Amino acid sequence: MSMTDGPTPLRTAAAEQAAEEREASSKAAGKSDLGQRGRRKSGSFSDRWHALSRQQQWAFLVVVVILAYLLPLFNPPIITTEPGNNFALACFDMARFALIAVGLNVVVGYAGLLDLGYVAFFAVGSYCAAMLTSPDSPFLHIPYLWTIPIAMAVTMFFGVVLGVPTLRLRGDYLAIVTLGFGEIVRILATIIPAMKGQVGFQNVGHPPGTEAGGTPIFSNSNGVPWYWLTLTIIIIVTLLVGNLERSRVGRAWIAIREDEDAAEIMGVPTFKYKVWAFAIGAAIGGLSGALFAGQVGFVNNQKFDVTTSILFLAAVVLGGAGNKVGAILGGALVSYIPLRFTAIAEYKYLIFGIALVLIMIFRSQGLLPARQRLLAYGRTALNKITSRDAEPKDTGIPPAGPEGRVAGQRGAEA
Amino acid sequence: MLPSLVPLLPTENDWITFDIPSLAQNFWSATFDGLTFGAIYALVALGYTLVYGVLNLINFAHSEVFIVGCYAVFFTLSSLGFGPSVPRLDIWAIILNLLLALVLAMVASAVTAFLLERIAYKPLRQRNAPRLVFLITAIGASFTIQYLIYLWRGPSPELALTMFRPTPIFDVFGTIVDSQQLVIIIAAVIMMVGIDRFISKSRTGRGIRAVAQDPDTATLMGVNKERIIITTFVIGGLLAGAAALFYVMKIPSGVQYSGGFVLGIKAFAAAVLGGIGNVRGALLGGLLLGLIGNYGQILLGNSQWTDVVAFVVLVLVLLLRPEGILGTSLGRSKA
Repeated sequence: MSMTDGPTPLRTAAAEQAAEEREASSKAAGKSDLGQRGRRKSGSFSDRWHALSRQQQWAFLVVVVILAYLLPLFNPPIITTEPGNNFALACFDMARFALIAVGLNVVVGYAGLLDLGYVAFFAVGSYCAAMLTSPDSPFLHIPYLWTIPIAMAVTMFFGVVLGVPTLRLRGDYLAIVTLGFGEIVRILATIIPAMKGQVGFQNVGHPPGTEAGGTPIFSNSNGVPWYWLTLTIIIIVTLLVGNLERSRVGRAWIAIREDEDAAEIMGVPTFKYKVWAFAIGAAIGGLSGALFAGQVGFVNNQKFDVTTSILFLAAVVLGGAGNKVGAILGGALVSYIPLRFTAIAEYKYLIFGIALVLIMIFRSQGLLPARQRLLAYGRTALNKITSRDAEPKDTGIPPAGPEGRVAGQRGAEA
Repeated sequence: MLPSLVPLLPTENDWITFDIPSLAQNFWSATFDGLTFGAIYALVALGYTLVYGVLNLINFAHSEVFIVGCYAVFFTLSSLGFGPSVPRLDIWAIILNLLLALVLAMVASAVTAFLLERIAYKPLRQRNAPRLVFLITAIGASFTIQYLIYLWRGPSPELALTMFRPTPIFDVFGTIVDSQQLVIIIAAVIMMVGIDRFISKSRTGRGIRAVAQDPDTATLMGVNKERIIITTFVIGGLLAGAAALFYVMKIPSGVQYSGGFVLGIKAFAAAVLGGIGNVRGALLGGLLLGLIGNYGQILLGNSQWTDVVAFVVLVLVLLLRPEGILGTSLGRSKA
């Protein structure tokens, strides 16, 4: 089947990297093409980023993180969503979307599985938090913070239950099953009496702690502490996911994404790793759902439209599937744009629907293209070998030094 | 600790109740109604199955192709003077009006399917994009069409139209079968048989099967692959348009921007149940799913359970027999 088993993203990305480098060299030669400005810019940014030393990268990241923490306090004039939407709450919403995008990125970006019902996991997480803390629920009540791991475990369980029958088969079935699941969870929340339908659960718990005046720190109206909490969780989750990505598991995911049959033949237990990806993604969805339930303080069946899953997918695709920084950026943007430009908020589904089609047709790698890690690893290994041969006679540049790496990349490409 | 665990299990009634007497009482009416719904699912399922057979793509936007047909039916009939009350026309005038609506709905759906293929999928095919890209495009296209309709017509369903008064035709086991059920089931089955003949006998049908089996070899043998793909989308659109008329006939208040979405999932479940890529499988799967869904709905006591039951059927089929009941692909169906 020429169209289904066509060239894999790996090859495309290799070609793109080659194209970017060609562009970069043509820029150096003084040529410039208006039409290609956007691509060249992103190429040069990532080139510059990778040319920095590890310490410089960390220093830059620390500054970015501190600025991110301070964002709701500054309330910068042009960026703010203020007349229409409270900026701190908008920040929390952006962080929530970013966390969801990080989770969905594991499924869609790394493992290449299309999950169209991610909102269902989000809903399951929310209901877990609500049913275990709200006074409206007949269940036993536990402190809010304990519901977070429980919500993750329960959603992970749902992920496995859905994943096991479908992931054995081709990826398409997962797409339709998750799409159905997204709708089913909402219907079940409506028609099962114990889930309380539209009445829902009020006064969902929140993390402990009160201010001097006795009002709780994590109140529904104050977005700042919630934003900080979510941002911290995003950082932790991103670090963990990043480690997974670089581990054996991550390599297996990427191998599955690029060519499942080849991965299977090479001895990757594809089914197992697909279920892992799906379950981990689900757990992160549940985590963000529990956070959402805590912040809003009220959970009913109206909050989990299956259409929201498409927004989540748009976040991942927009940011660049397979790139966790891209996912964070995409998630924040998808949440931010309708909040900032309230005039177009009504059209957001249409806008992101069209965006999905256009991105897929014209720039399927998204804003921040995923660096092909496998290629990159191959290259570093190659550089190490080549530079070790070349090094003793050369100047004293350390093998892992930035210039050596860039030069080595060029060399490998040629 | 233990006493606080007791409320973990609230009374059984809070979760799911089975109403077996009600099912036994309404068994036959549920059967005929289920077959009616099943015929509609089957017509939509054919669109999924044909495209899947030829392109190996779940065309998520097919549900929107269907809902465009529903709007075409609605606008045609309301401009012809149909309204919530039973029309005061003689039977031939009604039949003519319905035929006109049928043709317009089929055209509207087919044009939508055609544009969809040209605008969204063709550029990807030319680029040889990976499968994930196709699926994301499909869902994006589905979403775009859905929200274009939303912006145009708003969130509420359109005014319900009555096409004719269902009159009892005959009795089976004390249950009346009415003219509406009979019209839908017979018309849908005739169309399905026609499509089956078309796929297995005509020149174009042979081309469709050839492309489904092996696109490259088919091209070498002189089959115009692009034309076959377009034809497949258009046939799917025509059938979705026909399904739209029956759907509006059966559920007059179902013309809504999101109306195609759940029906699309059910139709896809029907296609998988019968064996995706298999034309006869779509008919069988549709009818079966209609029955199962309707029994489940009566057993569980809320019409929304139909969707849940269909979904559970989909997951179970994938778990137990992913190739479906009839199980063959479009390419291997007999010549």
